[in-house]
Amino acid sequence: MPKDSGIGASSKRREDLRFLTGAGKYTDDINIHGQTYVHFLRADVAHATINSIDTTAAAAMPGVVQVFTGADFEAVGGIPCGWQVTDRFGEPMQEPRHPVIAHGTIRHVGEIVAAVVGETLAQARDAAEAIVLDLTEKPAVVDMKAAATEGSTKVHDDLASNICYDWGFVEENRDAVDQAIKDAAHVTTLELVNNRLVANPMEPRVAVGEYSRSDDMHTLHTTSQNPHVIRLLMGAFVLGIPEHKLRVVAPDVGGGFGTKIFHYAEEAFCTFAAKAVNRPVKWTSTRSEAFMSDAHGRDHVTKIELAMDADNNFTAIRTETYANMGAYLSTFASSVPTWLHGTLMAGNYKTPLIYVNVKAMFTNTVPVDAYRGAGRPEATFQLERVIDKAARERGVDPIALRRQNFVTEFPYATPVAVEYDTGDYEATMAKLEEIADIDGFAARRAESEAKGKLRGLGVNCYIEACGIAPSNLVGQLGARAGLYDAATVRVNATGSISVMVGAHSHGQGHETSFPQVISEMIGIPEDQIDIVHGDTSKIPFGMGTYGSRSLAVCGSAMVRAAEKVINKAKKIAAHLLEASDADIELKDGQFSVAGTDKSVAWGDVTLAAYVPHNYPLEDIEPGLEETAFYDPANFTYPAGAYACEVEVDPDTGKVTIERFSAADDFGNVINPMIVSGQVHGGIAQGIGQALLENCAYDEDGQLISASYMDYAMPRADDLPFYTVDHSCQTPCTHNPLGVKGCGEAGAIGSPPSVVNAVIDALQSGGKNVTHIDMPVTPARVWEAMNNA
Amino acid sequence: MTGISMVVNGRAVSGDVEGRTLLSSFLRDDLRLTGTHVGCDTSQCGACVVHVNGKAVKACTMFAVEADGAEVATIEGEANADGSLSVIQQAFQDHHGLQCGFCTPGMVMSAAALLKDNPKPTETEVRDYLEGNICRCTGYHNIVKAIMAASGQDVSAIAAE
Amino acid sequence: MYAFEIERPSTIADAVNALKGEDAQALGGGQTLIPTLKQRLAAPSVLVSLTGIGEMQGVCQADDGAVCIGGATTHATVAKEAAAHYPALADLASHIGDPAVRNRGTIGGSLANNDPAACYPAAALGSGATIITNNRQIAADDYFEGMFSTALDEGEVITEVRFPVPQTANYQKFLQPASRFALVGVFVAQYADGVRVAVTGASEEGVFRWSEAEAALSANFSASALDGLSLPADGMIGDLHGSPSYRAHLVKVMTGRAVAACQG
Repeated sequence: MPKDSGIGASSKRREDLRFLTGAGKYTDDINIHGQTYVHFLRADVAHATINSIDTTAAAAMPGVVQVFTGADFEAVGGIPCGWQVTDRFGEPMQEPRHPVIAHGTIRHVGEIVAAVVGETLAQARDAAEAIVLDLTEKPAVVDMKAAATEGSTKVHDDLASNICYDWGFVEENRDAVDQAIKDAAHVTTLELVNNRLVANPMEPRVAVGEYSRSDDMHTLHTTSQNPHVIRLLMGAFVLGIPEHKLRVVAPDVGGGFGTKIFHYAEEAFCTFAAKAVNRPVKWTSTRSEAFMSDAHGRDHVTKIELAMDADNNFTAIRTETYANMGAYLSTFASSVPTWLHGTLMAGNYKTPLIYVNVKAMFTNTVPVDAYRGAGRPEATFQLERVIDKAARERGVDPIALRRQNFVTEFPYATPVAVEYDTGDYEATMAKLEEIADIDGFAARRAESEAKGKLRGLGVNCYIEACGIAPSNLVGQLGARAGLYDAATVRVNATGSISVMVGAHSHGQGHETSFPQVISEMIGIPEDQIDIVHGDTSKIPFGMGTYGSRSLAVCGSAMVRAAEKVINKAKKIAAHLLEASDADIELKDGQFSVAGTDKSVAWGDVTLAAYVPHNYPLEDIEPGLEETAFYDPANFTYPAGAYACEVEVDPDTGKVTIERFSAADDFGNVINPMIVSGQVHGGIAQGIGQALLENCAYDEDGQLISASYMDYAMPRADDLPFYTVDHSCQTPCTHNPLGVKGCGEAGAIGSPPSVVNAVIDALQSGGKNVTHIDMPVTPARVWEAMNNA
Repeated sequence: MTGISMVVNGRAVSGDVEGRTLLSSFLRDDLRLTGTHVGCDTSQCGACVVHVNGKAVKACTMFAVEADGAEVATIEGEANADGSLSVIQQAFQDHHGLQCGFCTPGMVMSAAALLKDNPKPTETEVRDYLEGNICRCTGYHNIVKAIMAASGQDVSAIAAE
Repeated sequence: MYAFEIERPSTIADAVNALKGEDAQALGGGQTLIPTLKQRLAAPSVLVSLTGIGEMQGVCQADDGAVCIGGATTHATVAKEAAAHYPALADLASHIGDPAVRNRGTIGGSLANNDPAACYPAAALGSGATIITNNRQIAADDYFEGMFSTALDEGEVITEVRFPVPQTANYQKFLQPASRFALVGVFVAQYADGVRVAVTGASEEGVFRWSEAEAALSANFSASALDGLSLPADGMIGDLHGSPSYRAHLVKVMTGRAVAACQG
């Protein structure tokens, strides 16, 4: 029987009540008395020298409070990057200044050139049109390979080149890998593009800055996945505001998918300007602004080689990737193509030798950073596409080839510096074969063919590293922050509980799933427990929500804090029951003395903690509140196997997803309903990447897909019902909940199976097509068929 | 400025607006009904869907002046009179048809319009009807399921929790 | 948006009068115009809303059998009320944009805008419709003058569109996946005096008639009649979603499907 509460129950989400009734409170719903509005004048050219900016006329326009330019921000810091990557020659990456407002040079379309603060948004926008810019345009750097060549125009004149870093991993393996590839019985090579995407959470970004002269307090309300990270980066690095004078609030946030991790110029601007004009300053992004100011994702160009011996055992992998950074380094940009990508190149397979080379390139485009999966989808796509191609070249079954090379013993130390603690790839593959009805595929293909359609089946595996991250390890790798998390469990006198967590919920359902854990531990109803998040003034600390880390890291902190609370409560109970601490047991909200019928209720113990009339005051303090910080011992390694079936219309090239199945191993699962929902959403984004989404620039650095008119978002009629399963569970061995994380899996695991399926369909139709770059649009399929 | 009046969720309201004031702005900024969300500027995402005289429209693509004299229904008026969730709202909760909640008001209002015209839609009809409502979180699986369940259909055969 | 006033006349005469004002512009359902205004790509001083004009609303059938649609009739109304008279037209209307857009967008607004990827221009040209304005009647063949360009004069209002009803007709739309406009849309209509084939979404010149296909289909109304034909890629739109040659190819595929659907 499924449980109806606690760990493992599909508890309905309590946060839904406000979202379903229009009572959610998103940042744009916040309006503060006396508030002003900012309109940002954004660059409409990709690369130019700013000779002068004349704001005189604009400043005199009706309703204008103040006009700001780059000069106003010269004295403050630039937007920082949180991760320093060391290149393969031992040198630190090139790190350009990232100004809040462009100063001297424009480096991408959409970069802020000036900001007008006005009484109304319309007045601010009117005035922005009166700003006179004198620009000298420069050639735009768009193509990454061209950008790497000697003599290319430079995005940053003060840097040596457009190469941010040339990273080799593991550099010591380089020669051995080269040799293994030379010696291989067979080498499969694939060149591919991991297409540039825009995360597109449905809520555009918003920032409202506030300043209180009475206590010199700054407050920023912002659409962030991690308010403490914003406080740290903006306070310490950009504006020089100490933490105790800066509060960052991220209320209900309408989706993030990575792009709301980063600290953005607009946040710094609104905080800075609120003090300058001594009034609140609000910015609400339009969707059009979002396309040219939210950090983009992916954008890798890769060559991968897979070497095999005569028996089709994988012997080596070598990759060469160009990774787009855009014009500046966004918060975690440098870590994505390196430590979040290279470390996953082993996938689910026991390949003994791997070498990953990544050249990170500056271009005159919007900064690129983490988007759902962040580096791991890029690794998975290369690997699972090249394996499929290898299977075809070797004439073997793609599932069998994978099985033959699976890692089967755990823990497993990969040649790319991580150790998988646990997993069972055979189990997820077997489960996939069952739920996807692989055996029935031939009959379904025959049905499609009878209708004049081509049908293909694509399968892939994936592994990811979540639970980011062990601080001492990532510190060695260049992270400029610790990546632990924190929680405070505050038990109130009557026994209800508020848990202040560093994780931020913007769709993940923490308000429901986190209380399930506490409820299980203490045995009180879930509705007696509330989660508080998203406000640096209310929660102890926290690195926020990204990389499928919330439960694995922050949830673990919450468990540790709850354990401290329970230990203390047991001492109080022991006192009340006149027994020894060691004999006290907690079950179903009752403390009892082992082997007796003596017991005291949770609520009586918590009341005693706050009304300590009969209380061991000599031994313990009154009150019942504990905080824990949790730093993970390792990453977690969710893994799984996915299958996609497509129909291809040979006349138009249109691909239709007919079936999609996912068998995941997330370790223990707290709320299966929520976990399935996370997988569904990830799959939709992965299918979107594979078939629809394409963030494209022209050679002048103009963004071509700059709105929903050209950027194809997956819609309900593009997608099928999915079959998902997470019954294969190998619990994480090193966190107290045994959980691994499920947020990104769908987006990581789905693109290769979609493309593999399309290739399979075309091959079945006699077309010798071996690869089509994503998005696999009808036009690209048609062209590939014509050229085959 | 033009004086306008309309009935919103059964309550008579009035205000002075500019010609360019969108219905979505009037609802959000003047009436403080912030459940109607704005997610794009090209009339595609559908987070702003409300009903005007019983028909689903995008409140960000209609001027407030054009709704003068109309009956407008927003997400704030969707619950039952006693405050409990409507059948559609309840189905969205029961079937996990929302995550971040931002597209949800538009989804619910579109679903309500669909079920009024088509009380027992097929899966295909639901998906087609949602062409103008973009959700980035759910992959639509549970939204489609919730709407079919709200129409009284048995959705137990549709995979997963 | 820049500031402007909105007028809401209740008669065609009042609307025409209001449109004589400097920088006055007609407002149909606004489903294209309002996004354009948001981008500040237009700066009217007055918008004259046509949706409150009773005499421009609704669908009826003329004595000669033609379907007459008021210029301010929404796509949703056409989808419903034209279904009995001209099913292919109603079906086309029922797939424009999305349901909320169809509840606001109007046939007059769509034809006046003449977006090169809109659906209604294909129906009007493919049916040999007559565009009736406040002061004249314009044959569809004379009306469409290229991308976003029509025979309408400044201040001229489409009050009605009259569609002769064919023996059979069908519209096939291949979606541009982002905008959901037509990447290619083909309207095929078989009349007693011949077949008309109108193509939207494909050409840089906007909607056009594919005369070779019309001739072939007039002689033999079956998809196989198209076998020897091919549409040159020259002048076709090339963009992120498809090259000129892909669009030219799709025109033929969609034409064949429309013919097959007519016969199905």
